[in-house]
Amino acid sequence: MEISGAEIVTRCLKEEGVEFVFGYPGGAVLEIYDAIHKQDFFKHVLVRHEQAAVHAADAYSRSSNKVGVALLTSGPGATNGITGIATAYMDSIPLIVISGQVGTPMIGSDAFQEVDMVGCSRPIVKHNFLVKDVRDLAATFKKAFHIATTGRPGPVVIDIPKDVTIHKTSFDYPKSVSIRSYNPPVKGHPGQIKKAAQLLADAKRPFVYVGGGAVIGNAGAEVTELVKLLNIPCTNTLMGLGALDGTDPNFVGMLGMHGTYEANLAMQYCDVLIAVGARFDDRVISVPNQFLSQAKKIVHIDIDPSSIAKRVKVDVPIVGDVKSVVGDLVNLLKESGQRPNEKALAGWWEQINEWRKPNSLLYTQDTEIIKPQYVVQKLWEVTDGQAIVTSDVGQHQMFAAQYYKFRRPRQWINSGGLGTMGFGLPAAMGAQMANPYAQVACITGEASIQMNIQELSTCKQYHIPVKIVNLNNRYLGMVRQWQEFFYGNRYSESYMDALPDFVKLAEAYGHIGMKIEKPSDVEPALREAFSEKLKDRLVFLDFITDQKANVFPMVQNGKGLNQMDLPEHMRGMQQVPFENNRDYGNLC
Amino acid sequence: MRHILSILIENEAGALSRVTGLFSARGYNIDSLTVQTTEDPTMSRMTIVTHGSDDIIEQITKQLNKLVEVVKVIDLNEADHIERELMLIKVRATGKERDEMKRMADIFRGRIIDVTEKSYTVELTGPGEKLDAFIKALDPATILETVRTGASGIGRGERILKI
Repeated sequence: MEISGAEIVTRCLKEEGVEFVFGYPGGAVLEIYDAIHKQDFFKHVLVRHEQAAVHAADAYSRSSNKVGVALLTSGPGATNGITGIATAYMDSIPLIVISGQVGTPMIGSDAFQEVDMVGCSRPIVKHNFLVKDVRDLAATFKKAFHIATTGRPGPVVIDIPKDVTIHKTSFDYPKSVSIRSYNPPVKGHPGQIKKAAQLLADAKRPFVYVGGGAVIGNAGAEVTELVKLLNIPCTNTLMGLGALDGTDPNFVGMLGMHGTYEANLAMQYCDVLIAVGARFDDRVISVPNQFLSQAKKIVHIDIDPSSIAKRVKVDVPIVGDVKSVVGDLVNLLKESGQRPNEKALAGWWEQINEWRKPNSLLYTQDTEIIKPQYVVQKLWEVTDGQAIVTSDVGQHQMFAAQYYKFRRPRQWINSGGLGTMGFGLPAAMGAQMANPYAQVACITGEASIQMNIQELSTCKQYHIPVKIVNLNNRYLGMVRQWQEFFYGNRYSESYMDALPDFVKLAEAYGHIGMKIEKPSDVEPALREAFSEKLKDRLVFLDFITDQKANVFPMVQNGKGLNQMDLPEHMRGMQQVPFENNRDYGNLC
Repeated sequence: MRHILSILIENEAGALSRVTGLFSARGYNIDSLTVQTTEDPTMSRMTIVTHGSDDIIEQITKQLNKLVEVVKVIDLNEADHIERELMLIKVRATGKERDEMKRMADIFRGRIIDVTEKSYTVELTGPGEKLDAFIKALDPATILETVRTGASGIGRGERILKI
C-alpha cells in the first residue's frame, strides 16, 4: 500500500519510539500536521515560538537520554529554530529537527516562506538532509536518527519540501543502517588504556576532570567507580555536573571561570589529569599556556578525535565511548591492582582539604535583602537535591551550578556551550514531559525569562507544573558584573527597566505567581510552591534579590586558574599549594 | 607550512559546501581546491592545498573526518607524492613575439591548443612552481588570460587512497 510522505514521517517517528514532537504548524508542513491529526503514535506539543520547540526537544533529550524531535515550518519557522539547533549542537545533544520546505519545483525561486534551511543550518548541525524524493524519506529518517545518536551526538535537520509530503510511496522502514563514510569509534585502544592506568599508578597528585561527555555518554557510574576505586579528587565542568554526585566527598566542586578555589587549584597543580568527555574550553581552563605552566601528564578520553589536542596537547589520547573506555580502565585497575602511591595521595588530599577550608562559595547572609545564592541553597533543601533544574544564562546560571549540588547525571540542564538566554523555560517543559513525576525547577533571571516568556501559555495548555525560580535583580547580572570589573561601573544597557509585574503576568497566563522580597520568606515560599497542594500547578516565584551580588570565584579572561578573583573573605589569599616542600614533591 | 590533503567524499549534493564551509567557519585557509568524481561515480576525490602549523593541519584533518560524507582524508605531505596542476594561458603572439612564445611553450613542454592571428593558448601541466615559473618567464604585457585548476595530488608507489 502506498502512503503519503507526510504519513511516512509519522510512521518513521513511531518506528523510532518517539513519544513527543514539539512543533508549530505552517504552510509547508500542513500535510504533516494532517497526518499527525490522524495518528496516535506520539503526542504533539504546540509551543508558542519555534525556538522553544527546539529547546524543549533538546531538554527532553538531555533529561531522558532519548532523542528529542522538533517540527518546524519552512522559512521563518525554520530560522526561528536556528538558535535552538545551535544550542543543541554546542552541547552535543541528539536531536531531530524536521523543517518544512517549499515544493521542489519552487526551490530557489525566492518563494513565499522559502529559506535555504540546509544552508542556514549547515555550520550548526551534525548533519542535515534535503529530501527531494519521497522514496528516500524513510531511509533518510533512519540515517538521521543513527547519526544523531551515535558517536558524538548532535542535531540532525531533515528538510522536507511540501510536494514530498504529498507524494506517495510504499513504506518500508529500514531495519538497520550502514553509512560507509560514518563509523564512529566505540572501544578505546587497549594499549592507551594501559598507559593511562600506569600514569595513574605513578601519580602523586591525580585529578579527574569530568565534562558533559560523561553525562551524555552515560558514564556517570563508571566515573564514580574510578574515583572511588582510587580515592582521587574529582571535578565536574558546568556540563558535567551530576556525573559525580555533588555531595560526594571526592567531589571538589565545579571548576573553571566560576569554579571553586579547590577545584581550580587542584586542576592547576595536579600531576596526572584524567579528562573524561571534556574539551578544555576557554571557560574551563582559561588560557592553555597558564594552565600548562605547571607540568602535568594528561590522559584525554573523548569520542571525538577533534576534541583531543584542539586546545591542549595531551600525553595519552584515548578515542572512544567514555562509558566503555572508563569501564575498561576501571576493570584494568581492578585486575592489576595498580594504585597511586598511598602516602603521596594522602598528602594530596591534605592539600585539597586545606584549599577547601576557607570555603570559596561562602557569602554574607543578609536579613533584609535576599541573596541569590541563598535561594538556590534553599531550593536544594526543599527539593531534597532531587529536582531536575534547568537554567537560563547569566549569574543565576552560575549560582545554580555552584549551590545546587546535583546528585545524578541528567539532573542539570543548561546551555553551556552556546549560552542561550531563553533556554530555561522551554527546557523545563521538555524535561517535565520526559519526567512527568519529577519536580522540575527553572532557575532564571528577569531578563532571560522574558526571552521565551510566551511559553507560559504552552505550560497552561499541557498542564506542565514546572516551578520558575526567578532571581530578579533588575539587572543583566553577569553583564553588570563584567561592567563593574572591567568597564569602570559604567552599566551600559544592563539595567532591566520597565519590568512586568511577574505575579500578574503568571496569573494572566493562568498560573500562580508569588513575589518574595524578604529572606525569611524564601523557604516558606519554596515549600509552598513545591507542596503537594500545588504539585499540578506552574508556580512563578519572583524573588527580588540583591542587585550587587557577584559570582565568585572568578577567573578573568586571560588569567590562569591560580589567579582567581576571590570572594571578600579570601581576598589576597595565595593561590599556590600551602606548603611547597611536602614530601610528595615540590609543586611550584 | 603548505600541505596537500586528499579527500575521498561521497558524491552528494552539498558535500562540497560542507568542506568549504568548514574551512571558512574555522578560519582555515584554502589555497586551492579541485574535485571530480572517481572511477566509482558515487565517490569524489578532492585535493585541497592549505597551509598552517602542524596543530592546525591536525585539526583540519580531524574536522574533515568528522563530516559525515567524508570517507577518508590523507595528508599527502606525510610521504612522497606527486602533484600536478593544469594551466591554460592565452598570450599575445604577434610579430617576433610569435616565435618566441612558441619556443617558450616548448621549453616548458606546453602545448599550443588554440591559435589565432594574434594569440596562442598554451596548455601546461606540472607542479604549481613550474606554472609559476612559466608565468614569470613571460613578459606580463603579453599575458591575456590565465586559468589554473589548482593542484591534484596522488601518493607515490604503493600508497593508495581508496575504500
